[in-house]
Amino acid sequence: MIELVLDILSWVLLCTGGAFVLIGGIGALRLPGFYTRLHAASLTETMATILIFAGMILQAGLSLAAIKLFAIMVFLLLTAPTASYALANAALQSGLRPVAQREGEDA
Amino acid sequence: MSSSYSARPLQIAGLLLILLISWALWSGIYKPLLIGLGVFSCLLSIWVAMRTGFFLHAMPLRTFLRLPLMWWWLLGEVVKSSLEVARVILSPSLPIQPELVELTTTEETDSGKVILGNCITLSPGTVTIDVHENRLLVHCLTAQGAAGLRSRESERRVARLEIKR
Repeated sequence: MIELVLDILSWVLLCTGGAFVLIGGIGALRLPGFYTRLHAASLTETMATILIFAGMILQAGLSLAAIKLFAIMVFLLLTAPTASYALANAALQSGLRPVAQREGEDA
Repeated sequence: MSSSYSARPLQIAGLLLILLISWALWSGIYKPLLIGLGVFSCLLSIWVAMRTGFFLHAMPLRTFLRLPLMWWWLLGEVVKSSLEVARVILSPSLPIQPELVELTTTEETDSGKVILGNCITLSPGTVTIDVHENRLLVHCLTAQGAAGLRSRESERRVARLEIKR
């Protein structure tokens, strides 16, 4: 019985994660410009990562594999924003100005 | 922080211990050759860490112990902003209002700034694109995301990590 509940739960998590990957992909195609597309990518690399790994951890159960999966998730969540920053900062340094539809506190 | 760069032996021993334990858990095969390789790679990692000045930016232990609480809060933020960004992407009119926000932070340590910048990037809809001195330049996808940044909630959460005591 508990097996079934866990299976259903992890199934839901994995599918939602997959859906977020898909939405991130759609966003990367639909959004205009470099910086806005970056936001779609961050949808894939945070929300989808968390959901898919949570689903896999439920499948692994209470074992060393679950701890390893959790550690991999943490590593991914630490490195993904760093990579995003490197990409965005490289674009900024090479002179690509973000187009603001409404000027905020512009730098 | 001492001007001449020398790591304290305790810090090195602590890092070595963490590395050795992680290796032992990861490998799961305890043959002399593999253990030898593991010890070698741990020592190599320590050497690289010393070369790159890792111990200059090392965080106190209490900061580490407070991290899970902040992660829990961040998880809620990620879920909220993910749903928001997904809604924006999937709506036919694509209602984006890109905006640049400049945050002035009171974080003094480099690691504090990195944690703050990464927290902002992790929540979809806001990406840190530049960190200079004590200013963070953040690109926001929607006005709602920009408003969330201006409320400085994330900065307070990160600052709470480093409170003494």
